[in-house]
Amino acid sequence: MTEKPVEELTYEEAVKELEGIIQSLEGNSGALEDMIRLFERGQVLGKHCLNLLDKAELRIQTLANPDVYGETVL
Amino acid sequence: MNQQPGLFNPSTLTVSELTRFITALLESEPVLQDIWVEGEVSNLKYHTSGHVYLSLKDETATLRCIIWKTYVPRLRIRMQEGMAVTAHGRISVYERGGDYQLYIDNVQAVGEGALFQEFLRLKAQLEAEGLFDPERKKELPAKPGRIGIVTSSTGAALQDMLNIFRQRYPLVEVLLAPAAVQGVSAPAEIAAQVKALNQEQVDVIILARGGGSIEDLWAFNDERVVRAVSESSIPVITGIGHETDFTLSDFAADVRAPTPTAAAVTAVPDILEIRAELDTLQTSLQIAASQGIQDRRADLREDLHALARLSPMNQIQNERQHIDMLIERASSSAGYSLQLLRSRMEGSLLHLRSVSPQAVLERGFALVFSQDGSLVKSARQVHAEMPIHVKLQDGSIAARVKDVQTNRDPAVSGEG
Repeated sequence: MTEKPVEELTYEEAVKELEGIIQSLEGNSGALEDMIRLFERGQVLGKHCLNLLDKAELRIQTLANPDVYGETVL
Repeated sequence: MNQQPGLFNPSTLTVSELTRFITALLESEPVLQDIWVEGEVSNLKYHTSGHVYLSLKDETATLRCIIWKTYVPRLRIRMQEGMAVTAHGRISVYERGGDYQLYIDNVQAVGEGALFQEFLRLKAQLEAEGLFDPERKKELPAKPGRIGIVTSSTGAALQDMLNIFRQRYPLVEVLLAPAAVQGVSAPAEIAAQVKALNQEQVDVIILARGGGSIEDLWAFNDERVVRAVSESSIPVITGIGHETDFTLSDFAADVRAPTPTAAAVTAVPDILEIRAELDTLQTSLQIAASQGIQDRRADLREDLHALARLSPMNQIQNERQHIDMLIERASSSAGYSLQLLRSRMEGSLLHLRSVSPQAVLERGFALVFSQDGSLVKSARQVHAEMPIHVKLQDGSIAARVKDVQTNRDPAVSGEG
C-alpha cells in the first residue's frame, strides 16, 4: 500500500482508507507489527476526518459563461 | 356628438375632439381591449427609453404596436425582424401621431399553443431512442467531493442549494456553471454547460431552475438540453420548477428531484449522518485492533500451555504427584483400618468386662479358693480346719473352715 500523508487526503479518501484498515484488522491476518501500524494510521485517519468535518466550509468556484451565440440576450 | 351636421351651420370638431371621440369609441369596444393578433414583426426598435416599438404586418395590412418598458422584461421570447408572433394587448390611439395602435403586454411565438404537441412528439421520439431507459440511469455518489451546478447565477434557486450544502455537507466543493435558464439562448447555454462540466472533475451535476410558468421552464424541454443530460457521463440530478412540473430533462436525468432544494438534498449526505458513521468507524477500529490483540493473547496462552505440557520438569512433576497420590491413598486406607480395629477392640473389651468375675465381686459376692488355688464351688470340697482363701472385690482373706454343713447354710468362718 502506498500511503499518502493523511493531511493530503480528502474526507472521502480518508474514510475509504479507514474502512479498508478496519476490514484488514478484522481479517486478523498479518504480523502484529503491521496490525499496530494499521491501527495507528486508522486513528490518524479518524482524527483527520473529524478535523475536516469541524473545519468544513463550502467552497464555490465558477465556470466561464458559455458564449453560445456571441450576442447579448434581451 | 351624434347630431347631424346642420345645413347652414355645419358642426365642426377640433382634431383633438375628433381624436378623443375615436379613442373613446375604440376603448369602449371590449373585443379590442383584450385581443390576440398574429403577424410578422417589422420595424422592430428597442428605444433607449426602454419601450419597444414595432409593427405587425401580414400581406396586406400593418398594425403599429408599442410595448411599454414595464412589460418588456416579461417577454418570454426574443423578437426578431420577420418573426411570426402572436401578440396580446389592447387597441387604443396615439393621439399626437393620430395613429391607432396595439399596446402589447404579451408576445408568443406563433404556434406556442402547439408547444404541448411538440413536447409529446419529442418525448415519444427520445423515448423511442432509449434516452429515458431506466438502465441508462447512473448511481449517485454517496459522498460527492465536487458538485457541478448548471443554473442561473442570479436565481434564488442557486442560493437555496448553496444553503442546503452549507447546512448538510459543507465538505463539498461547488463548481457553478452559470447559464440563462429562460429565454431563447437558454437551451444552448444549458446544454453547453452540461457538456463543459463533463470535462471537469465533478462527481455529480445538478441542473436546476426555480419555479415559473410552463413556458419559463421550456428550455428544459429543448432537445439539445435533453440530449446533453442523457449523454452526460457524470450523473445528473434535475430540480426544475415545482413538484408538479415535469420536463423532458427530468426524464433524461439520472435522478429527478421536485425542486432545486430537493435536488441539493438528494446530492449530498447529512453531516450528522456522516459524523455518526465516522463514530462507528472509529469504534470499529478500536474493536478490531483490541480483538486482534486478544486473539493473539489467547493463541499465545495456548502455545505456552502446550509448551509446559511437553517440558521434562512437568514429567517429573507429574510422577511426583502420582506418587504423592499413592501415598495419600495408602495412608488414608491404613488409617481407616486402624480405626476399625480400635472400635472393634473396644467392643470386645466391653463384652469381656461384662463376663468378668470382678464384676460379680463388685456386687458383693466372694470367691473361695482352696489351698491349692482351686475354686471351691461345693461345700463337699472342704472339711473342718481346712485353710481357705476368700477373695472379695478389693482384697482377700486367709481363713480356716470351722464347720461344714451341706445343702443348707454352709457356715464359713473367716479371720484376718
